Amino acid sequence: MSVIKKFWDDVTSLWSLIVGLKVTGKNFVDKNVTLHYPRETVTSGQLEGFRGPLELIGKPKAPAKPKCIACMMCVTACPSKCITVVKAKAPKPTEAELQAMKEAEERGEKVKKPKAPKEPVKFFYDFSLCSLCGSCVENCPAKALRYSSNVYLTVTDRKELKMDLLARLGAQAEASIAEKEAQKAAESPKNIEAETTEKQAGTES
Amino acid sequence: MAQIPVELVKLLIALVAIAAFVGLNGLVLVYLERKVAGFVQRRPGPYEVGPQGLLQPLADAVKLIGKQLFTPSGSDKLLFWMAPILSFMPVLLLFLPIPFGPVATGMEMDLGLLLILAFAGLNVLAICLAGWGSNNKWGILGAARAVAQSVAYEIPLLLSVLAIAFMTGSLNLTTVVEGQGGWPWQWNVFLQPLAFIIYFISALGETNRAPFDLPEAESELTAGFHTEYSGMGFGMFFLAEYANMIVVCSVAAALFLGGWQGPFFDGAWWFLAKVYTLLLVMIWLRWTYPRVRFDQLLNINWKWLMPLALLNLFITAFVMKL
Ligand code: SF4
Ligand code: SF4
Repeated sequence: MSVIKKFWDDVTSLWSLIVGLKVTGKNFVDKNVTLHYPRETVTSGQLEGFRGPLELIGKPKAPAKPKCIACMMCVTACPSKCITVVKAKAPKPTEAELQAMKEAEERGEKVKKPKAPKEPVKFFYDFSLCSLCGSCVENCPAKALRYSSNVYLTVTDRKELKMDLLARLGAQAEASIAEKEAQKAAESPKNIEAETTEKQAGTES
Repeated sequence: MAQIPVELVKLLIALVAIAAFVGLNGLVLVYLERKVAGFVQRRPGPYEVGPQGLLQPLADAVKLIGKQLFTPSGSDKLLFWMAPILSFMPVLLLFLPIPFGPVATGMEMDLGLLLILAFAGLNVLAICLAGWGSNNKWGILGAARAVAQSVAYEIPLLLSVLAIAFMTGSLNLTTVVEGQGGWPWQWNVFLQPLAFIIYFISALGETNRAPFDLPEAESELTAGFHTEYSGMGFGMFFLAEYANMIVVCSVAAALFLGGWQGPFFDGAWWFLAKVYTLLLVMIWLRWTYPRVRFDQLLNINWKWLMPLALLNLFITAFVMKL
């Protein structure tokens, strides 16, 4: 009985071969998804799912500060050891504060020692080692990491692939602020007036 | 001066024409293969060299010819270099009995089919020599795989061809073609669909085409019998493979698909159209199916193709006797 059943299974599984042909056949007549790079460039809509080198995500209110809480999960998760995070240390109390603490302790009060802030002071990332596996992104509890959409990254020296992500985030935040300001400036009515008068002046002269 | 026999002149012309055809087809098929591979993966395929990458195979050929011919140390030099030649030369003979058109047959002979099957077997010897001559264990293993496969797949191939031979009572390909009509329902494939399927699958196995391309497996199995071949040594095997593909597709077209006969106007274009359709299907299969494992490969042959081919042959013989 089982022999017959096995035989029948084999025969029916032939159908999957036809399904395979259908899949490749469909792809064959479908449009190309490749771009002819130097002649065409990638638009942001085509970058869905693209994995560029990692970058940090800024806090919504302070875009230059990362959401990262320096928990080291990404460092542990990374199989290639490409992330280096240095935790921020507790701020050193000044002489006066130390004195005050000492006195308080002597009086038998509970002293609140300054705690380390939950943020990194250094966040280095070596893209030359990264396999873009995504372990770090998945494991980050603060959702502070993501892939950049840097398609055209080129360097001439391997050392340039060691990136300081905090600096990168700062630069990005600055750039976006500058952009926003430029937009605002362009949109504000005063400027439009100024522009038009300028233009008029230009045509008159 | 003694008279030169007309037959001999005709044979020479045919051989030269066939050599040109094989060379040209190599280029066309390389291009087709790469284009189809591209399209299936939704890439453009060759694109940069010439319009739509048309000159790419030519550039490939020039590159291949320009490469150094390297003989591994400790190898048997004679056998090593004989192998690619031995694999390529008989291919030219295989084309002789194939009826390309009503008059375009290299040499019409009564045992044409037998000649093709016999000389096609020489390829096994060539592969064997290549593996042995290379003084390389991967070469030998690849050759062993190739020989086991070729020998196995030859049997169902023969049996399915034999069924057609029983039906038409001839081994002459021209007679077989003439026995069929121009319209598709008059072709042998409708009388012998099973034989056609078996023939086609065995042909894939015989020509080392994916999903049965274990003998070569360029990247995954450290290549096969041609591990040690460089430049045109490899190129000859390559060309022979493509030529063999055309041969098996031509035989299929002649035996099963009515050869040069077609609706409205008979002629060589029908033959070529059918051959190229089959070749395209072969390429399509290659980019669809993953490679089988070696035990699967042999199981498909011995457990399925062989019994089915035998059954088909017996039924054919029985029906013909009635
Ligand atoms: S993507 Fe993978 S390899 Fe790259 S940094 Fe993250 S965990 Fe490490
Ligand atoms: S896992 Fe996220 S929050 Fe934790 S250190 Fe890495 S980036 Fe920062």
